[in-house]
Amino acid sequence: MSPFRDPYSAKPFEGLKFVDVGCGGGILSEPLARMGATVTGIDAVEKNINIAQLHADLDPGTSSIEYLCTTAEKLVEEQRKFDAVLALEVIEHVAEPAEFCKSLSALTVSGGANVISTINRSMRAYATAIVVAEYLLHWLPKGTHEWSSFLTPEELVLILQRASISVQEMAGFVYNPLTGKWSLSDDISVNFIAYGTKNTE
Amino acid sequence: MNRAIVRRITPSIRTWRSTLKTFCSDTSEKLHGSHGDKAVTDSTDNVPQYDVAIVGGGMVGMALACSLASMPLTKHLNVAIIDSNPALLARDSIKKEDAPDPRVSTVTPATISFFKGMGAWQYVQLHRHAFFDRMQVWDYTGLAYTRYSARDVGKAVLGCVVENKVLQRSLLSCMEDSDVKKKIYPSRLNSMTLHKSSLISGTDSISSKPSGSLAKLNLSNGDCLYAKLVVGADGSKSHVRNLAGISTTGWKYPQNAIICTVEHTEDSRCAWQRFLRTGPIALLPMGDNYSNIVWTMDPQQAADRRSMNETDFLKAVNDALDDGHGPHPQSERMGGGGILAWLRSDETSSASEPFEVPPRITKLASDRMVFPLSLMHANNYVSKRVVLIGDAAHTVHPLAGQGVNLGFGDANSLSKVIAEGVAVGSDIGEMTLLKRYESERKAANIAMMAILDGFQKAYSIDFGPLNVLRAAAFHGVNYISPLKKNIISYASGEQRLPIFT
Repeated sequence: MSPFRDPYSAKPFEGLKFVDVGCGGGILSEPLARMGATVTGIDAVEKNINIAQLHADLDPGTSSIEYLCTTAEKLVEEQRKFDAVLALEVIEHVAEPAEFCKSLSALTVSGGANVISTINRSMRAYATAIVVAEYLLHWLPKGTHEWSSFLTPEELVLILQRASISVQEMAGFVYNPLTGKWSLSDDISVNFIAYGTKNTE
Repeated sequence: MNRAIVRRITPSIRTWRSTLKTFCSDTSEKLHGSHGDKAVTDSTDNVPQYDVAIVGGGMVGMALACSLASMPLTKHLNVAIIDSNPALLARDSIKKEDAPDPRVSTVTPATISFFKGMGAWQYVQLHRHAFFDRMQVWDYTGLAYTRYSARDVGKAVLGCVVENKVLQRSLLSCMEDSDVKKKIYPSRLNSMTLHKSSLISGTDSISSKPSGSLAKLNLSNGDCLYAKLVVGADGSKSHVRNLAGISTTGWKYPQNAIICTVEHTEDSRCAWQRFLRTGPIALLPMGDNYSNIVWTMDPQQAADRRSMNETDFLKAVNDALDDGHGPHPQSERMGGGGILAWLRSDETSSASEPFEVPPRITKLASDRMVFPLSLMHANNYVSKRVVLIGDAAHTVHPLAGQGVNLGFGDANSLSKVIAEGVAVGSDIGEMTLLKRYESERKAANIAMMAILDGFQKAYSIDFGPLNVLRAAAFHGVNYISPLKKNIISYASGEQRLPIFT
């Protein structure tokens, strides 16, 4: 079997098990499921899981997503393993980021993928993600984020390294106010995303 | 990426709590009431489900289906085509000896590339089709003329004239040869229901089924089907557009068009258009000494000319093309002279061509058909799970042969947008995805429609100073090369917008 997946296939993730940690309403889980992955979505808030389940049931392509109201730590206790573990916009809300990364790592198979996105602890991030987004534009309710719980890219790489995950790539998200569109960029000063692989034992 | 949505939904736990209070009780009841597992009743529901349901199997609808079939990202999609036209299921081929159908279209080079990209052009080449590389436009005042040539822009052709049934059949054959999953429903669409999100209609029993948010189509023969995306390709009187509640803007032109096929003495690879007082007459070469005539005039004259006998009609046509209604323009052999001489160095080859009289028409080769003309533009091209393409979204005056080419442009754009959606696992009926198609096509379509409408209005007034102005415009276009090249490029579909491209 070819070790490479077809990038032009409509289902490039066929046969892979993904877990979406902090899945919320399922906004990431659903497209991943449509692209062929076997997705498990977990969230600590039961209402989110209910909403996610209802929405996923509307489309036959996503009704197979397994939604669980649980935490990453509890999944580790159940000894679940996944090919890819995704935690987008979660780690800045977690009490113990280092322990959280250790749980994410424990959920990943050896050589598997880890994708974590969060907000940088920088002055620009304070200005944009907190002041502008919460107080000026009201994109988020006030108090959603605590600047002190943001992580810098260096800190994230370090705690992932201690959890046996080597970060391979990092990128930033930037918003263009003229077009109203977000795009991937090299600017990691506000929102950034890191891709790492679990060290092979 | 979808960061804007992520921010609003995922961390907004506090806003969720207040909105959830109202209907959460309903939903949690329902969840406890149901057997708790996720695979809710689907097996008892035998209604087929499709990814895309194309209502209308005409040229543009089939082009969309064919385009989806030709791309690796979309060829696994289940497509349903709903059209009661028996020709779609007929397996008889078009014979060469058949008289040419008067319903033809002029396809631009951009459309030809679109067809070639899908692998459908090879089927068109098996039937009658005629390329033309020159065009001559003039009017009844005889004050000026413009000649266009494909060589002005370094291309081989300006366009190709093909019968509509050939285009449609070629697209159908191309699709059948691919292994796409499709089904043709030989029926008409009766009604369509688009279920609202189940989070609002908590007690609606349908909403817990996997097909709860899909569009449900009811056909006139009793068949029923679900689709993630409904494409309205059902022409200017689109039923899909009415059912989706999309309003339109537009007006009727005080003109009807007569179309017919004629025979003449010699072939030419040239398209001719003469603007008369009541409207333009176009002569489009179809090959084998046949040509198609599209003659626009007011409705009364159209009715008269359709019912008059053949000889009289042919005389009227020859008059219209030759020197009835006004004199021939004079050929300017030396170029614009004086004021335009400084542009001579960049002159296009067609600027030095003399005025030619179109070939003499000898015989009528088909029935004469009359169609009313109007301008129409749908105010929105998309609505939840519904998208409009082709004449369902816009109709234009035939004076520049652009109508169906705009439709093919729509089909091309929509299939690309659907492919982009599939590549990132989106729901293809999602408004944000469909809006991308709308923003791309609306600007281009409206620009073209405005220009064509402008031409139609400019030529409908017979007023001395305006006539001179139009003659000056003809001269200008003929001799100002950058302008002529820009016009050819735009009309060929190589440019999306008339300027800034």
